[in-house]
Amino acid sequence: MNNKQLKIMAENVRKGIVTAVYSAKSGHPGGSLSAADMFTYLYFEEMNIDSANPRNSDRDRFVLSKGHTSPGLYSVLANRGFFPVEDLKTFRKLGSYLQGHPCMTETPGVDMSTGSLGQGLSAACGMALNAKLDGKSYHVYALLGDGEIEEGQIWEASMFAGAHKLDNLTVIVDNNGLQIDGRVEDVCNVYPIDKKFEAFNFNVICIDGHDFDAIRGAFKAAHSCTDKPTAIIMHTIKGKGVSFMENQAGWHGKAPNDEEYKLAVQEIDARISALEKSEVGSV
Amino acid sequence: MNCDIKIATRDSYGNALAELGDELPQLVVLDCDLAGATKTSVFKRKFPSRHIDCGIAEADMTGIGAGLATCGKIPFISSFAMFVAGRNYEQVRNSIAYPHLNVKIGATHAGITVGEDGATHQCIEDLALMRVIPGMTVVVPCDDIEARAAVRAAALTDGPFYLRFGRSPVPIVNDDPGYKFELGKAVVLRQGADTTIFVNGVCVSEALLAADMLSKEGIEVCVVNVHTLKPIDSDTVLDCSKGKKRVFTCEEHSVIGGLGSAVCDVLSEHMPTPVSKIGINDVFGQSGTASGLMAEYGLDYKGIARAIREKLG
Repeated sequence: MNNKQLKIMAENVRKGIVTAVYSAKSGHPGGSLSAADMFTYLYFEEMNIDSANPRNSDRDRFVLSKGHTSPGLYSVLANRGFFPVEDLKTFRKLGSYLQGHPCMTETPGVDMSTGSLGQGLSAACGMALNAKLDGKSYHVYALLGDGEIEEGQIWEASMFAGAHKLDNLTVIVDNNGLQIDGRVEDVCNVYPIDKKFEAFNFNVICIDGHDFDAIRGAFKAAHSCTDKPTAIIMHTIKGKGVSFMENQAGWHGKAPNDEEYKLAVQEIDARISALEKSEVGSV
Repeated sequence: MNCDIKIATRDSYGNALAELGDELPQLVVLDCDLAGATKTSVFKRKFPSRHIDCGIAEADMTGIGAGLATCGKIPFISSFAMFVAGRNYEQVRNSIAYPHLNVKIGATHAGITVGEDGATHQCIEDLALMRVIPGMTVVVPCDDIEARAAVRAAALTDGPFYLRFGRSPVPIVNDDPGYKFELGKAVVLRQGADTTIFVNGVCVSEALLAADMLSKEGIEVCVVNVHTLKPIDSDTVLDCSKGKKRVFTCEEHSVIGGLGSAVCDVLSEHMPTPVSKIGINDVFGQSGTASGLMAEYGLDYKGIARAIREKLG
């Protein structure tokens, strides 16, 4: 996909996020929206996956360690053809296969059940280790929240990944700067994130997580690095793409009301129209 | 029962893994800097590339095991019961059991027979913790033969398992050459008309000795080895409680949440019967020799016989 196509798809992913959370009347839009561009790039450009064969043993794997941002994952999976986009409206409802947090036994395309923070990266290490043991060439991606890295298990897993030279593992930290109780530096300062991962023997790349050229470049650099796992620290805006949600910790885990939902969809649709009219090279 | 040969079930664990390694190429073993103690070192010597030392990081080991299982491996994650079940409870629940992954938890050094290390390392709550997790199979072998059979059964049965092993050598209970291990099936080791004791793990040989002692006093005790704590063999529990005014349970575990509670669950629903639970009475352990501690907490044959005598007397 070119950047224009990626941007249009990312807007569709955002629309799915707000629709899912609005329909559920609960959920986590802020961190889903901040990672929407990354979700889009991973599932439409980066990962070797097939919606017709979601359990193919040679596929790339994705672990949403920050599992509460399931609306982002579900929206991108639906848009990528793993299940109908319409089903996003069943999110968090009784009997739905779209559970509040990702459940691998329920949802096609979900590679690991997550939601309890700090645990996903360890599972991703297990998947990457499996490829090393079996001589397989698939790659494993894990998306972490910047608040989530306060969990100690993240650093156990990082130490393991560095020690075992898991160069088939890419950790992505969504550094949107906000967690439930406020700014990450105020709650329990997580900075410097890059130096921490460097100290754990990672190849560290810092990018703007809303810039597709930067994302593309980061993965290229990740794949050319051998003997080290890569950590992509992406600076993002929490709630990105819905004006009133941007940079507001209050939108970490809150659903929009009728009026707010209408407003959010209007903003997104307006951007999609503008993008569709634009020249490929101009975006 | 053969009391001349004593083997710790942690040794059985390591040996069984090494035996299974050739047959099951997808079997991998994870440990947390305790390979010498959990005896996974036996497997490591034979299959070094399939033994992964995760360092002193049990939570991470649990997640790594889960990730490996999503890719088709059969990981045996190994540490002391205190850490792999206690410290790790939520990782086991959410990363292994909720997705029903094929991870086997090999918990060694369970109970008070850890001995001199004392209360911090004597896990007497692990069975309660593991038993409440949906879909978890829980096995508490009593001797070398049963422990090796349990490891094999776990490896060949899909889904999460908790296998409990001990540090201290125990006699061979199942020395009958016709012995066959059946997951989920309790074993009547001795018939007795006066009462029944449901027992598992290191307490089984002690219960048999207690039954011998009581028989000489005219009290006939039926001894039932409930090696599979979950799913519990309700039929055998009910059959062996029929016509008994009171039955007993005995375990190297808290009297809360383990075998005693599981037996009470079955009986209270189908055939209310008074149950006396012999176990650790809601206290922490302490340093001492394994045998000294078993006696101190009333779990050796003398203590078991005393408890039965007092209640039936």
